[in-house]
Amino acid sequence: MALHFELVTPEKLFRSEDVYQVVVPGTDGDFGVLEGHAPFMSTVRDGSIQIYATAGSTPEIIPVEGGFAEVNEKGLTVLAEKAG
Amino acid sequence: MASLKELKIRIGSVKSTQKITKAKQMVAAAKLRKAQAAAEAARPYSSRLEAVVASLASKIAGGSGEGASPLLAGTGKDDVHLLVVANSDRGLAGAFNANIVKAARAKADELIEQGKTVKFYLIGRKGRPVINRMYPGQIVAQYDTTGAKQPGYDQAHAIAGELTDMYLNGKFDVAHLFYSRFKSALAQIPTEQQIIPVRIPADADRNAIAATVEYEPSEEAILDDLLPRNVAIQLFKALLENNASEQGASMTAMDNATRNAGDLINKLTIQYNRSRQAAITTELVEIISGAEAL
Repeated sequence: MALHFELVTPEKLFRSEDVYQVVVPGTDGDFGVLEGHAPFMSTVRDGSIQIYATAGSTPEIIPVEGGFAEVNEKGLTVLAEKAG
Repeated sequence: MASLKELKIRIGSVKSTQKITKAKQMVAAAKLRKAQAAAEAARPYSSRLEAVVASLASKIAGGSGEGASPLLAGTGKDDVHLLVVANSDRGLAGAFNANIVKAARAKADELIEQGKTVKFYLIGRKGRPVINRMYPGQIVAQYDTTGAKQPGYDQAHAIAGELTDMYLNGKFDVAHLFYSRFKSALAQIPTEQQIIPVRIPADADRNAIAATVEYEPSEEAILDDLLPRNVAIQLFKALLENNASEQGASMTAMDNATRNAGDLINKLTIQYNRSRQAAITTELVEIISGAEAL
């Protein structure tokens, strides 16, 4: 029961790990992604991504700038121009 | 026959040249590893973005095609071509810069023959003199990369911004990018790529994204957001590949130069020793014949 999450910037593959939940700041509002999310695509506004390693844990927060998120059957991929 | 002193000076000068080429070779080898790693690190992002843009674009183009961004649809004309030529700032890299310029010139001549207008946008210093001589007054702008050690995404972003502005103001209709693709330390391939309008590969997988995908805000809005970013990332990729290629070319060229210098030193040393021996022999003969005459 894990969501495969990848955060990619032009400079490098910033994160690639299995997590419980990720909250992404979408252009039209924040959205949380759990495992088994329906295929989805959204632009990302400047803000912070919250990563929950397990249910109820304190989220790890990574600021991102300018990007794009894609959810497919393989997991969540966030392409950001800047991260961290 | 050069005198002993001249030979000695010559050997010294070749030796110091060899020191320079050797140092440059080692610097390039160290930088190459870094540049190669950077180029590889950028690959996941660009390949993923490319895939998304291709599938979105083919989806929208397959539909109405109306209202698509000019970055995708083009200006409807094909008159003014902008050749973006990415060179390095430093020499001592063998034929690296010459090869890129050569590829750009071939394309430029071909376009001019077809009656198109050709303009140049230069990245880096080295290509400028040649292009300025061949096509005077056709360089519209130049982006200075001398300030940065490693190409960064910020640079690519700035260049992409400039290009997009020029494009939207109708300064050109098609942009081609010229850079050197890094294959290995021994082989760099001068490459041409059309960056504006975005060229969608004909075999783009239209089903890469299932029809059930939800888009937020909308497919068009996402695509409009991604297209300028795609230009930036293509440039970024080209800059990184170019950087790695430059170091590779430099390493190979300097390796050759060091070896040539070594050969030359050996040859000169032999020559030096021979003439020294000849001089000694002559002297001895003189002394002996002088003693015999007494």
